[in-house]
Amino acid sequence: MKRFTCDELVEVITAYLDHALDQRACDGVRRHLACCEGCERYFEQFRATIGVLGDPPPEKLRADVQDRLMSAFRERRQA
Amino acid sequence: MGSFAGGGLPPDDVVVTALRAGDEAMFAALLDTWSGGLLRVARSYVSTDHSAEEVVQDTWLALIGGIDSFEGRSSVKTWVYRILVNIAKKRGVRESRTLPWSAFEGDGGGSAVPGPVPPGGWKEVPAAWPTPEGEALASEVRGVIAEALDGLPPRQRTVITLRDVEGWSSDDVCEVLEISAANQRVLLHRARAAVRGRLADYFESVKPPE
Ligand SMILES: [Zn+2]
Repeated sequence: MKRFTCDELVEVITAYLDHALDQRACDGVRRHLACCEGCERYFEQFRATIGVLGDPPPEKLRADVQDRLMSAFRERRQA
Repeated sequence: MGSFAGGGLPPDDVVVTALRAGDEAMFAALLDTWSGGLLRVARSYVSTDHSAEEVVQDTWLALIGGIDSFEGRSSVKTWVYRILVNIAKKRGVRESRTLPWSAFEGDGGGSAVPGPVPPGGWKEVPAAWPTPEGEALASEVRGVIAEALDGLPPRQRTVITLRDVEGWSSDDVCEVLEISAANQRVLLHRARAAVRGRLADYFESVKPPE
């Protein structure tokens, strides 16, 4: 199992979440998080951040732009 | 062609055939499904809502003009996003939103900011965050996120937008941006760390006094 310092651990969280670490490193991350309160909290905040990012306000093209694009599609297809 | 509400878009070959046949419902469904994400990514490169809208409009016009010659070497989605990124980059450079393009390439390099862990390890455990409850807090948090994204270098912002906001896979992001998986991960990690930092500052600032 790989041993991580706190500095190292916070830098591999994305790799860990992406399953891009080998088994040894993965075990090391789990082990560290289980016994380091600071990193565990940081990890939680990191995941909470990803969660909030995934819930964005809705975003839409303006209606007149949409209408213009629909006409462009129509015209091109008839040409 | 029926509606795709709830079921997502049909497979690419169906989409391409329909578009080539002039199926308006299919084009409308694509507009509806992808325009939001396209706008968000466009904002990584250009400075105003208006510019972002024009970039997205030009992207759709390029799709209309190019669908007949689409060869299916990538998915339709990554093809469209690549068109968008190319248009947006050119426009972003013209607006010289931030820095010359070389600077866009530079934000995956060496670590510029100190890490979150104080020298010698955590002196105190980072504060627990409140669960956003109620619309007021949720909308303030969204505001903080929007500002944090605005402050990111373009490539970091594009990667975090595609991965975390739009929910793309790492493979698709690498394909659209033509970067390696390792580079993608560095950009994503840095962006997430920066956004987390902004949220931490915000929660600290609204914490009730003890
Ligand atoms: Zn630790």
